[in-house]
Amino acid sequence: MDTVQMFWIFSIFIAAIAVIGIYCIIATFNLLRALIGLELLIKAVTLLLIISGYLSGRTAVAQAIVITVIVVEVVAMVVAAGLIIGFFKQYDSLNVKNTRSMKG
Amino acid sequence: MAILIILLILTLLASLWAAMTPMLLRAAIALALTSALLSVLMFQLNSPYAAVFELSVCAGLISVIFVSVITLTHRLPLKEYLRRRQSRIYRFMYLPFIVIAVVLAMYFIRIDLNIMPSMTQSISDVRIALWEYRRIYLFGQIMAILAGVFGVLVLFKGDKED
Repeated sequence: MDTVQMFWIFSIFIAAIAVIGIYCIIATFNLLRALIGLELLIKAVTLLLIISGYLSGRTAVAQAIVITVIVVEVVAMVVAAGLIIGFFKQYDSLNVKNTRSMKG
Repeated sequence: MAILIILLILTLLASLWAAMTPMLLRAAIALALTSALLSVLMFQLNSPYAAVFELSVCAGLISVIFVSVITLTHRLPLKEYLRRRQSRIYRFMYLPFIVIAVVLAMYFIRIDLNIMPSMTQSISDVRIALWEYRRIYLFGQIMAILAGVFGVLVLFKGDKED
């Protein structure tokens, strides 16, 4: 199988996972589920980086970028989890509609 | 190649389960499963360091974070949970069809975007490197930015209940 065909097969699945992540963010009103959708989007991006590095023969560069993405992802998730817990303590709910009360 | 396609299908099914399951704890477990399958894919694609990071951090640490947050937030009363579950089924029942439509569209519509990275020597100008030889990375960056945009947009939704 040549590289272009392999890339298109991977890109189909990457796009599908990205669509699942975007739909999960759009169709939910629970903050934690939105975070899960965000995670799925980042996984699609990670897979795209890995397959592009594999097909171009630059796996070292791709791995370096992916490790950076994972580190940033962890920091973002930890901060978001802290915000969600604080939000829950304030409003006793994870419903995103309660965030509108913060608008000035 | 067959093993790669099997792993891709399993990853897709695990991510679909993470998005559609009504229980948050199962969604967190499905997310960990997605990370584990992605890690195996990375091992198959000659990226062992990224695979170890993905397995230990995403399948391990982030799953612990999710379970901790779920534990620290109270459960809904049963009546409220059943009412919201019904609403959730109506909103998520279209997702598998959308995924199938996207897969079929990408399979039959093949756009020549000239995005395959080429094996080039060192390039001095970052602009040339990014626009001419590494255009594929831009798609990943655009998706990451979209992830942040949608994450912010979720905070400004209308008055509906989950």
